[in-house]
Amino acid sequence: MALETALETGYGFWDPLVWILAVAIAAAVAYLIWRAGEEGYKRGTAQTEAFLSGNVQPEKGAIHVRAGNLYWGFLEALAQYYRRTVPVHTGVLNDYVLWFLGITALIIVIIGLMP
Amino acid sequence: MNGDLIVQNAPALLIAVPLLAAFSMPLVGRISRFARNLWAVLAMGFTAFFAAVLAYAVYTTGTVIYVFGAAAPHLAIPLDSGGIPVRIVFTVDAMGALMELIAAIVGLSVILYSLAGDSGRSRLESYYTLFLLMITAVFGMVSTGDLFNFFVFLEISALASSALVAYRIDHGRAVEAGIKYAILSTLGALLVLVAVGIFYGQYNFLNIAAIASRMQYTLLDEIALALLVGALAMKAGAVPMHFWTPDAYSMAPSSVTAMLVVTSQASLYGLFRVIFSLYNITLNASTVGWIIIVLGVLSMVVGVTMALPQKDVKRLMAYHAISQTGYMLLGVGVGIAVLNDPAALSAFGFTAMSGGIFHIFNHAMYKGLLFLTAGAIIHRVGHQDMNRMGGLGHTMPFTMVFFIIGALAIAGIPPFNGFASKLLIYESVFLFNPLLSIIAMVVSVLTLASFVKVFHSIFMGPRLPEYTEAEEVPLSMLVGMGILAAVVIVFGIFPEVVVNVLIEPAARALVDQGGYIAAVLGGA
Repeated sequence: MALETALETGYGFWDPLVWILAVAIAAAVAYLIWRAGEEGYKRGTAQTEAFLSGNVQPEKGAIHVRAGNLYWGFLEALAQYYRRTVPVHTGVLNDYVLWFLGITALIIVIIGLMP
Repeated sequence: MNGDLIVQNAPALLIAVPLLAAFSMPLVGRISRFARNLWAVLAMGFTAFFAAVLAYAVYTTGTVIYVFGAAAPHLAIPLDSGGIPVRIVFTVDAMGALMELIAAIVGLSVILYSLAGDSGRSRLESYYTLFLLMITAVFGMVSTGDLFNFFVFLEISALASSALVAYRIDHGRAVEAGIKYAILSTLGALLVLVAVGIFYGQYNFLNIAAIASRMQYTLLDEIALALLVGALAMKAGAVPMHFWTPDAYSMAPSSVTAMLVVTSQASLYGLFRVIFSLYNITLNASTVGWIIIVLGVLSMVVGVTMALPQKDVKRLMAYHAISQTGYMLLGVGVGIAVLNDPAALSAFGFTAMSGGIFHIFNHAMYKGLLFLTAGAIIHRVGHQDMNRMGGLGHTMPFTMVFFIIGALAIAGIPPFNGFASKLLIYESVFLFNPLLSIIAMVVSVLTLASFVKVFHSIFMGPRLPEYTEAEEVPLSMLVGMGILAAVVIVFGIFPEVVVNVLIEPAARALVDQGGYIAAVLGGA
């Protein structure tokens, strides 16, 4: 049953206050677990440095995974889709105008033909 | 001026204040930088105040009519006009009032943000003049009850916006984007003007309520409808007429981009106003509804998939703006499709419409916030290329927090406002057609994925040597972002209050064509 504060969706309901309460309880439990953890951690000492199988740590800029390298697999999987959609975005104003007028003409035809 | 006079004249003041401030800005700017900034803030502050006053009046007492040049502001029909409202009439119902609240909140945030964010630019008097003209145009578009006036404000919006898109010049790239936007907008406005001409030729007047009361839905009306749908959907950035959007949004100064989102939504408002208030049950609701739904689905899918591979942060966000517009079109489109079926409208159509309208509000807030955070980042690093960014979370913690709030909201993650409106759309659209709802949910997942990429690329990772000097942005920029972030959070935590108080009355006002006509013509 929906609470007083719940948003009725017509199909169910959503109460953000209950959700926030659940997250707060989960955060409190996580904090308690963290509190019970290792106490010997010292920020800024050698123990916080990354261990890369004995290799020298690369430059800071080389560690960061850049935007162009993210979701490579996803984009490859959809390569067929992107091969068709990206070239449509030509950046040429004439194409923009043609798309606009073409779609408007299509809307005229659809609305005109439908009883 | 006493309180009643302010309330009575709020629709006119909404236009007059930013218009006068815009044209006096070059003079005030000659006094000092401080005077110019103060003038801009005061103008926007008073405009926002009048918008809030008007919205309160509309939500408490019903549709407000303002007639320019009449003996009393609410006298729409002169005694000797034969029952025709011949003067310029502003008709502000709950839907118009909601749009005015959106423009007021975003406009105020953007002006505060601009004080520091755009302080390094030259010719700021021109910048603020154009910005205030843009504000005037938006308020005009959502207030007017007259089709020709709508066209005029649409043109003012296009002229001011295209000049602002070109404002940075940026080796000619911004100018090119501005020209593209100007030409497409002019072409769109021309189609609107042709539609206006068709109405005038048939009915001899241009008042929306008056035309609606005599609407025949002839072949000419059908052509006018198609022209208006095409032009206004293009202005809203619907796929496949969206091509100008990434160019214009990415090249404009970020503060302008946040406001461009609102102008696009004013066009979307125009589209819904035409369909519901002008045509309503006379049109073939199923056909027009499905046209809007198809445009919405295309916008959602193409927008988000084109956003994923982008490396320019603002271009990526621009594609997401297109994608989010798709949700609004989908929600309201479902409402249109079942407009002639009272049972379906009551079962899920009205909720879908409420979700779409709620999403208009939410989108303006979180997308405005995201564009402002992008501007804050660009302000510090000097470019828009995410491939060259990283580690900024160390030096720009507040901007990062604001970005996280905006990103989670746009991805529909609870408890932020985007989730509430998307949930309304998912569940109600599911009852109409489950496949559409599933597509909407998948698009949300891809949106989240895309913003994880942005977050990681810009804020995560070690502090990069090239940005050791980068620091948090000035206070006024943080205040601008903070206002929008606060709205995103509050509207997400108390969605039921927002829906009951603001959204449902707006949706009801849209559907109730008889009420709109009666408010202007008084049952004539």
